[in-house]
Amino acid sequence: MQHKRISIFCGHYGSGKTNIAVNFALELRKTHDRVSIIDLDIVNPYFRTKDSQQELDAAGVELISSDYAGSNLDIPALPAAMMRPIAEQDTQVVMDIGGDDQGAVALGRFADQLNAEGGYDMFFVLNLYRPLTQTAEDALAVMREIEAACGLRFTAIVHNSNLGALTTLQDILDKHREAQKLCALSGLPLQLTTVREDLAPQAAALLPGVFGLRLQKQLFQP
Amino acid sequence: MSEKVLMKGNEAIAEAAIRAGCRHYFGYPITPQTEVAAYMAKRMPKIGGCFLQAESEIAAINMVYGVAGAGKRVMTSSSSPGISLKSEGLSYLAGSDLPAFVVNVQRGGPGLGGIQPSQSDYFQATKGGGHGDYKMIVLAPASVQEMASLTIKGFDLADKYRMTAMILADGTMGQMMEPVELGDVEVKEYDKSWAVTGTKCARPHNIVNSLSLVPEELEQLNFARYERYKAVEENEVMYESYLMDDAEICVVAFGISARVSKNAINEARKNGIKVGMIRPITLWPFPKAPLLAAAEHCHTFLSVEMNMGQMIEDIELAIRCKRPVQLVNRVGGMIPSPEQVLQAIEEADKGGKAS
Repeated sequence: MQHKRISIFCGHYGSGKTNIAVNFALELRKTHDRVSIIDLDIVNPYFRTKDSQQELDAAGVELISSDYAGSNLDIPALPAAMMRPIAEQDTQVVMDIGGDDQGAVALGRFADQLNAEGGYDMFFVLNLYRPLTQTAEDALAVMREIEAACGLRFTAIVHNSNLGALTTLQDILDKHREAQKLCALSGLPLQLTTVREDLAPQAAALLPGVFGLRLQKQLFQP
Repeated sequence: MSEKVLMKGNEAIAEAAIRAGCRHYFGYPITPQTEVAAYMAKRMPKIGGCFLQAESEIAAINMVYGVAGAGKRVMTSSSSPGISLKSEGLSYLAGSDLPAFVVNVQRGGPGLGGIQPSQSDYFQATKGGGHGDYKMIVLAPASVQEMASLTIKGFDLADKYRMTAMILADGTMGQMMEPVELGDVEVKEYDKSWAVTGTKCARPHNIVNSLSLVPEELEQLNFARYERYKAVEENEVMYESYLMDDAEICVVAFGISARVSKNAINEARKNGIKVGMIRPITLWPFPKAPLLAAAEHCHTFLSVEMNMGQMIEDIELAIRCKRPVQLVNRVGGMIPSPEQVLQAIEEADKGGKAS
């Protein structure tokens, strides 16, 4: 898996950023001693990186998150320690950003530093089954809003089209062409195709850059 | 577009409202319903609609009153504390016989409470909340798909009966994501000759008002309104009956509690317990008739709800206290587990066999 030291996950609200960021950090830990995941979500009080704390702790991935994350105290707050791993040159950093341009505002805090450093990947997480990003054109508009809000440019697309627990392989295949269209429109590569873990072996034979995901939490059976 | 999309319950309400012809949304943010407003803020400007974040809940509900008086489809949404603030306006809407659509994605209370799900606004929704004699049509979705379909239904019922239709959901319903199929919606036209749209000097003035100072007239207005409510009770009751044909125990639950209960019922059925469920989809009008019929063959009723026992009173009234009704509940933002409901079913089964 080719990657820069700093990996940033942004995208439309509810597209799977947190889930992918957690899985990505766990994967990095297999090959790197020091991995930190920073929760910069200032939009959503639910479904946070913090929900995976036990798993991250067990794997030796450092979670940097606001003291208020997962506390039900519904205020936008950033973790005090967020600058440290970015400065530490021997640490792999995964940044989980809140949804849409509103969420990306928090990332703007780092724009000068990250631009100066030049060594970051910023992934646009794309779920073409989300109602406001059903086409490449709509998704591109969201990308541009996020870039304007945070002052950083995306470097690649992560295709994560899914219908939750009910996703079939065919659902993912159906959206591959549209994801490629977004790549063409934005001039960015398709870095990963993220799929539910059990679908990964089949998907890998048919799609590029397949990355299996363990889902964070499943509340209710369909 | 009738393709499947992955939506949050809150987003499904917003998109369904737009498809039902709603072009006016007024609200004030509150967790866990904020996605309704966020979605409207993104979509309304693109389709020539109006999204307005009001300065308060009280302002928002009075903006709803204004647009409703002009005969246009309009909505607001909030969560429990915000609905309390809007309750004065709900009474005024009722007193003026205006159609409106209101969403309550409930959270734990009373007071500011917390941000986790709850069903403790059942009384507020079904018995009033605001002052005076009035009713609202109260719809209780149990899936993201129903968040959409009952929104569309709610707009139609509101227009048809000139009253407020409310979606009474909970934080889980608002936040959970499920695939939804949203087809094109046929927007029905209802007579709105009463609306204040400007006379153009061609007709007498229409008056939208809840002030009525002559007691004889105000009494007649109340009587006429309750004739309409009677028609709603006769024509608009909705419920789901699940495995009730041979049931000896009847679970009654709505919204997310029904979702949990279904798992417990399936498990109990595997163990040979004859249990079924009546899931009210309209909380007002309440499905009294099917419950009374169930009292003929069920020895025990279980009211599964996320409050200290609210719907249980309506069940007891509906079955005229013929059978015991037991409360199975969690409160404060906690959700009953299927195991808790299963245990209650098993105890009811033992109790039924002993008597």
